[in-house]
Amino acid sequence: MSAPLEIPKWADVSLVPILAVIVAFLIAGLVVLGIGESPVKATVLLVNGALGSGEGIGYTLYYATNFIFTGLAVAIAFHAGLFNIGGEGQATMGGLGVALVCLKIDFLPWYFVLPLAILGAMAMGALWAFIPGYLQVKRGSHVVITTIMFNFLAATLVVYLLVNVIGKPGSMSPETRVFATSAHLPYLHEAFAFFGIKIPKSPLNLSFILALLASAFVWILVWHTRLGYAIRTVGHSPTAATYAGISIGRITMITMAMSGAFAGMLAVNEILGVQGRLLLEFSSGYGFIGIAVALMGRAHPVGIILASILFGMLYQGGTELSFEMPRVTRDMIVAISGLVILFAGALDGLIRRPVAGVFARLLKSGA
Amino acid sequence: MAGQAPAIALTGIDKRFGEVRANSNVNLTVASGSVHGIVGENGAGKSTLMSILYGFYEADRGTIHIHGHEVRIRSPKEAIAAGIGMVHQHFMLVDPLSVIDNVMLGAEGGALLSKGEQHIRAALAQLGQDYGLVIDPDAIVGDLPVGLQQRVEILKALVRGADILILDEPTAVLTPDEAEQLFELLRMLAAQGKTVILITHKLHEIMAVTDHVSVMRRGEMVATLETVQTSPAQLADQMVGRHVLLDVSKGPAHLGPVRLSVENLVIRDAHGSLRVKNISFDIRAGEILGLAGVAGNGQRELLEALAGISAPTLGRILLDGEDLTHLAPTPAERRAQGLLHIPEDRQRMGLVPAFSAAESMILGFQSDKDFGAGPLLSMAAIEAHTVKEMDLYDIRPRDASLKTAKFSGGNQQKIVLAREIEHHPKVLLVGQPTRGVDVGAIEFIHKRLIALRDAGVAILLVSVELDEIMSLSDRIIVMCGGVITGERTPEKTNDRDLGLLMAGVTERVA
Repeated sequence: MSAPLEIPKWADVSLVPILAVIVAFLIAGLVVLGIGESPVKATVLLVNGALGSGEGIGYTLYYATNFIFTGLAVAIAFHAGLFNIGGEGQATMGGLGVALVCLKIDFLPWYFVLPLAILGAMAMGALWAFIPGYLQVKRGSHVVITTIMFNFLAATLVVYLLVNVIGKPGSMSPETRVFATSAHLPYLHEAFAFFGIKIPKSPLNLSFILALLASAFVWILVWHTRLGYAIRTVGHSPTAATYAGISIGRITMITMAMSGAFAGMLAVNEILGVQGRLLLEFSSGYGFIGIAVALMGRAHPVGIILASILFGMLYQGGTELSFEMPRVTRDMIVAISGLVILFAGALDGLIRRPVAGVFARLLKSGA
Repeated sequence: MAGQAPAIALTGIDKRFGEVRANSNVNLTVASGSVHGIVGENGAGKSTLMSILYGFYEADRGTIHIHGHEVRIRSPKEAIAAGIGMVHQHFMLVDPLSVIDNVMLGAEGGALLSKGEQHIRAALAQLGQDYGLVIDPDAIVGDLPVGLQQRVEILKALVRGADILILDEPTAVLTPDEAEQLFELLRMLAAQGKTVILITHKLHEIMAVTDHVSVMRRGEMVATLETVQTSPAQLADQMVGRHVLLDVSKGPAHLGPVRLSVENLVIRDAHGSLRVKNISFDIRAGEILGLAGVAGNGQRELLEALAGISAPTLGRILLDGEDLTHLAPTPAERRAQGLLHIPEDRQRMGLVPAFSAAESMILGFQSDKDFGAGPLLSMAAIEAHTVKEMDLYDIRPRDASLKTAKFSGGNQQKIVLAREIEHHPKVLLVGQPTRGVDVGAIEFIHKRLIALRDAGVAILLVSVELDEIMSLSDRIIVMCGGVITGERTPEKTNDRDLGLLMAGVTERVA
């Protein structure tokens, strides 16, 4: 019954999120000012740290890779009207999938090991999301509750396995042995070097390419396949889905499994690409920030890539910032990310309403 | 009433939403103490005009006078202060609360309820005396029948001192009987000096209850007439802007073999209560079987069981003599057999409002080979198909990528109709085909259904509109309380006869 919030689509997908980020930065600037530092200088340091050098860009994109995977995971579930907040657990299980494959067969050449390890990550992540999906369909337990409980189950399961079963013998720390070199996804600087191009060293690896491919896959799947049509129908109108002969239960389980597979691929970047061994807590919150990424990216792959790069910049630039400005601690960076999430996700209407008002006035005076 | 200022005088009202002029230079004068009807097709600007009067929107231009005084109404609160009350089509009630709590909501008169409650209780008693609006103030609203819930809405407005009452499509949810009671109440309110504005697109209601009627078309006020000096046919022509056939002309039916048989069907709903109790009927090829009844007497459950959305508890459904009930009941299976379904709730079932028109145009047929290869869907093929259907069914605007929700009710219904008819049904189940659809589109939809029947399709038409049942059906069955209370042919029955069957009185009335 309120005035319609009509804004052009381009403004909805670009202007609104950009304004949200600007507002978040302005408020973060006030906080920086409050601790007695210059917000302008801090911003320059942050942006410089993230984009000012080849190495910085590499790190930014390396972090962004994680966000793309978890963002896609949340987004695809969104399209089916499901809220998968178990990205953390699914990523952890993805790590277990990588480790199980690598520990068993890393004596084989890379062209056996890498594809199987990636499939292992996807399969374990998918399983960890499929079970909550199955439980919602068959037992009526809501995925929001079960996926978050499955985060804890995944964490404790992996601790148990690392301590008692697959941990490195004789080691005090809960981690596996280092995988053989055939189980290492090349860094991008290594890949480029292979073609004779020299780029700065960073943890950025081929997972980034995989993430871009995954984004394209989601775009095709959601908007250009029969399955995607069914997923969106279930998400928008379960009654219409029933009428159309689409099984809501089947779509729920399939979508959750795909969502979990994307979250599981975070382990491809972290474990297969960088760490080379399974260790604890490598998912370190990426699963949760994926929710903000998906919200900010409007559940569209292009938006998710852009939002992921933004969060990648915050991570990388933030680290540099806390080196240069010791008073801006790591926690401050978390707070800034939090502000971005708050304005881009939760307080979306706060930005949208005035924008809609401006457009309404523009149209009125223009006509 | 000469010399007395009109209750409402709107002058030169303009309202624009983006490119759309929802109201342009609208003038409306409503005499004090009268019932004034406003008719118009969907999207003609009736709701916008009333929203301006009730303060949801502000007009871009124009003035509002209430009882001769110019006022500015910027919010519903200011509208209430000016003595305007509104009863919405969808009730704004809190079901688990009592009548008195609902009436008091927003007018508690302080942090503690006791004083406000006393005040409201007294006011309700007074209204009961004045208008015969008797209702138990302690009844829980959710337990009341729809007619009484509407009464609570009216009481809410009156307790707040409303002197002008706006009712938006008030009979959409009422049985004919409840509607008649509402009209009686409206006449009494007007006789006691209240002013009533009735928005509807049911012309017989206008004829039954209003003193004056205003017709809107495409945002403009095209006529204001005295009701006694007009006719439904004239109003329909004014609304559409051209001559409309209200009566459907159809030739005799050419009956073919029995297509759909229903044998001893029993249906329990999800809560386990019995909704359809042992009913049987046949539909032949080339026949329209009308199913009349007050909404909520098992028609919806019957349609859903026939369409494969739910499974019947007992009994058999046969299509061309083949038993469908032992098959897994899915709508996809039924579609493959040629049993198609235009659901009664197009917003929730027949369409996906958030989809583009093209995407809604393939709902239920998303697995068809025509719309893509293998697992892929070809949006180009779907849009081309949609544009073709839009031409054939005159769906406006002709924009396949426009969101379904942005089409008017009539055009949305045409999307569903086009989709189902173009997939060559053997049997077509049709639920409330013209609910919330404007007059011009009703004519179109009726013609299409007749053409389909003449082409040999067996049609089950479920409708709460008796006019529609009477003019389209070759045979009529009436449902009440989950059983069939009678079968008639349209030539040998009338509204009163059907009305009694709908109420469950089964003896034949002469």
